[in-house]
Amino acid sequence: MSSHLALRVTNPGFSLANCILWGAATIAGTLIGLIVFVVLAAAMPALSNVGLERFVTDASWHPTSDQFNLAPLIVGTLLVAAGALALACPISLAAAVFVTFYAPPSIATVYRRLMELFAGVPSVLFGLWGLVVLVPLIAKLSPPGASLLAAILVVTLMVLPTIMLIAATSLSSVPIEHLHGARALGFSRASTIFKVIIPAARSGLAAAAVLGAGRAIGETMAVMMVAGNVVKIPDSIYDPVRTLSANIALEIAYAMDLHRSALFVSALVMIAFVVVVVWALELLTSKAAFQANAD
Amino acid sequence: MTPRYMALMARGIAAIASAVILTSSTPSIAASEEKQLVVTGASTIAPVLGEIAKRYESLHPDVRIDVQTGGSARGIKDARTGLADIGMVSRALKEDEKDLTSFLIALDGVALIVHADNPIAELTRQQIIDIYVGKINNWSELGGADEPIVVINKAEGRSTLELFLEHFGLKSPDIQADIIAGDNEQDIKAVAGNPFSIGYVSIGNAEYDIKAGVPIRMLPLEGVPATRETVAAERFPLRRPLNLVVSKQPEGLVLDFINYARSAEVRDIVESFYYVVPPGS
Amino acid sequence: MQIDLIAVESRRRDPWAAILWVVSLAAISVFFCVLADIVWRGAGQISWSFIVEAPRNAGRAGGIGSIVVSTVLILLVCLATALPLAVGAALFLVEVVSPVHPVSRFVRVSLDTLAAVPSVVFGLFGNAFFCVVLGLGFSILSGGLTLACMILPLLIRTTESSIRSVPQRYRYAAAALGFTKGRTMVRVILPLASPGILVGTLLGLGRAIAETVVLVFTSGYVDRMPSSLLDSGRSLSIHIFDLSMNVPGGEPAAYGTAVMLVCVLLVINGVVLCLAKLWKSRTGLNVATAA
Repeated sequence: MSSHLALRVTNPGFSLANCILWGAATIAGTLIGLIVFVVLAAAMPALSNVGLERFVTDASWHPTSDQFNLAPLIVGTLLVAAGALALACPISLAAAVFVTFYAPPSIATVYRRLMELFAGVPSVLFGLWGLVVLVPLIAKLSPPGASLLAAILVVTLMVLPTIMLIAATSLSSVPIEHLHGARALGFSRASTIFKVIIPAARSGLAAAAVLGAGRAIGETMAVMMVAGNVVKIPDSIYDPVRTLSANIALEIAYAMDLHRSALFVSALVMIAFVVVVVWALELLTSKAAFQANAD
Repeated sequence: MTPRYMALMARGIAAIASAVILTSSTPSIAASEEKQLVVTGASTIAPVLGEIAKRYESLHPDVRIDVQTGGSARGIKDARTGLADIGMVSRALKEDEKDLTSFLIALDGVALIVHADNPIAELTRQQIIDIYVGKINNWSELGGADEPIVVINKAEGRSTLELFLEHFGLKSPDIQADIIAGDNEQDIKAVAGNPFSIGYVSIGNAEYDIKAGVPIRMLPLEGVPATRETVAAERFPLRRPLNLVVSKQPEGLVLDFINYARSAEVRDIVESFYYVVPPGS
Repeated sequence: MQIDLIAVESRRRDPWAAILWVVSLAAISVFFCVLADIVWRGAGQISWSFIVEAPRNAGRAGGIGSIVVSTVLILLVCLATALPLAVGAALFLVEVVSPVHPVSRFVRVSLDTLAAVPSVVFGLFGNAFFCVVLGLGFSILSGGLTLACMILPLLIRTTESSIRSVPQRYRYAAAALGFTKGRTMVRVILPLASPGILVGTLLGLGRAIAETVVLVFTSGYVDRMPSSLLDSGRSLSIHIFDLSMNVPGGEPAAYGTAVMLVCVLLVINGVVLCLAKLWKSRTGLNVATAA
């Protein structure tokens, strides 16, 4: 019998406790609605005065010259996120496989603890390191150094621990019967992992990647410190780039009226991205549940 | 540690926390009614006004002055709406802003800066324009090393950008930059970190940092070297006033503070930031 | 046990072993290098006066005393707001409704979405709602409240797991003794779940300390000692950002502050580990934590 029913016996519907708890749950549940509403309300002036179309058709993003094209910023965000995921996913998977199947238990525990620590490191610290160490290094290859490459590398560092930890958890949650079966069939360790376990854990692994993607899209501080922040679609990875999040952080303090409202529109775009990410996650995890039942 | 103990500990922490919060918020409710000034506006003026405010507070212990940045446009808007008592504006007031009264506290200029190791002596007006619109891309075209020019521009909304564009007859979308800096100090830092870069900042900021050992150099503009003296003598072409603006005639604390900021008592602060004290002050 | 099964295999030649070892160790050593770089550059800055003095000369000289105080106040506001809400919502999800109840599903989905919202958007929301609409301006209060919204999903998740892990027999025993629901929750379930709740709180604290963007938009930049919650204040991470981006010659102080921040994070992580171990050794239960 589940918890909520256990207490039904002594408990009528209305009570002070119930009211407080319903209240807390209402606040918690409607918070996201409040946030979307506030952002939408602040974005309204720009949406109605500038019009949705101009946000993709104007020449570029120069709000003080009445240009509101978000496309270079969106492309910048997606490039940084895609690049970071392309680097982080394979490495995270390798590390997750390592921790679950190859490392001796003591090393595995230490590795996991360290990754948990690194997952909590603030982005300013990675940004600081990027600014002082990475950017001058890249500048030696191709000035100015503050570039898409720097942004990708720093964001990779930021999402790697998260993806690795979730991937490791899903790898170790694969039912032991799968391993037994593979072992009984004489599979080698590598084959077991790549042909049996990883496919079995694929929705959990995909969920890890999707969560990493969400984090990469939202990353602000570290990117702002190393990306150069020029509004244009980069031609090479050594070119500077500006993401939606860095744009907001850079301009919000100085933005008035329509400019400020336009920044809230870009926040709406970010929320839209995130909603897509969360739905993808829901789809993947419910598929996993479905598959687990079907097996 | 039994669960009961942990629960008690948690309750204790919560009690202490709420006590701290309650006791620290009550004075604010009393204090915020009087003797508080809010000043917002240009990031160029904020540091020096912050120092002036600190000195004022030490003379008047019951006053608290909050200085926040936000740009000259914000300074004007907040002064108008009353969100701020005083606005900081790092340029002259425009025609449609004449409903506000401005008080000059210092003079400043905007100069181009390069890395200290860069041998370039001077740039003509046309060369500067060509560098910033992307026509000249390499220092070798100007007689320097064979390295690409790293162009550093300011982000939108900064009055330094506005002044630069106005002086050189450019529009913001025309500029092809390699790095965008948020404000003066970021710009200086970027130039100091890039031996082949060029940027433009407030002369006061630049001189302050040069004296502090930051490896940058200011370029003369149209033959006039960028120093406090040329700004004071009104010979430097790209000058700007640093103003405090208010929407109605100042009185009481506001008036007192503005007078203090323009008085001889804070001359040393203005000069320590390498701005020019207005003549007659 | 999975590891043991496969470890038996390791005597056979496995070409992947070498690659995986190299990649994994390389990955973690990059992180080590980053942290080591920070500690190496910043450790020399740390001294008692650094921790206690106020910043001078835009932070180049002096210390971080007022900033530490601001950070602590912001975190206190954040926890004082988020914890009661989280406990209430978690109790609701476990004790009041069944997991398949539509309200329960709605709350869960909206919390999941909330958890994924980028911090910039939280910053904008905090600015528009707490600073402008509620008129709190740039203040520690605005910053703390916005941070509370940010860590709420994490807190609710960990609190919920802890409450759910309380064995059923306690509830039956309480019911048999005639306890009302409220009494059961306060006197029986919460005390039993409190280690897990404490761990979750510490995790949320770690997350909150790391936040920079949210506070830039809501708490402002002022680096003076705050005299009330309505004053603007700067947190440790904002100070690091300001020193490294906006203050030429600010790197030494930035690194010193960074070392402080790393120490705080290490302490929090260490405490979490110890508590989890302690609890496990006493009861054999794992303290439920969320990924």
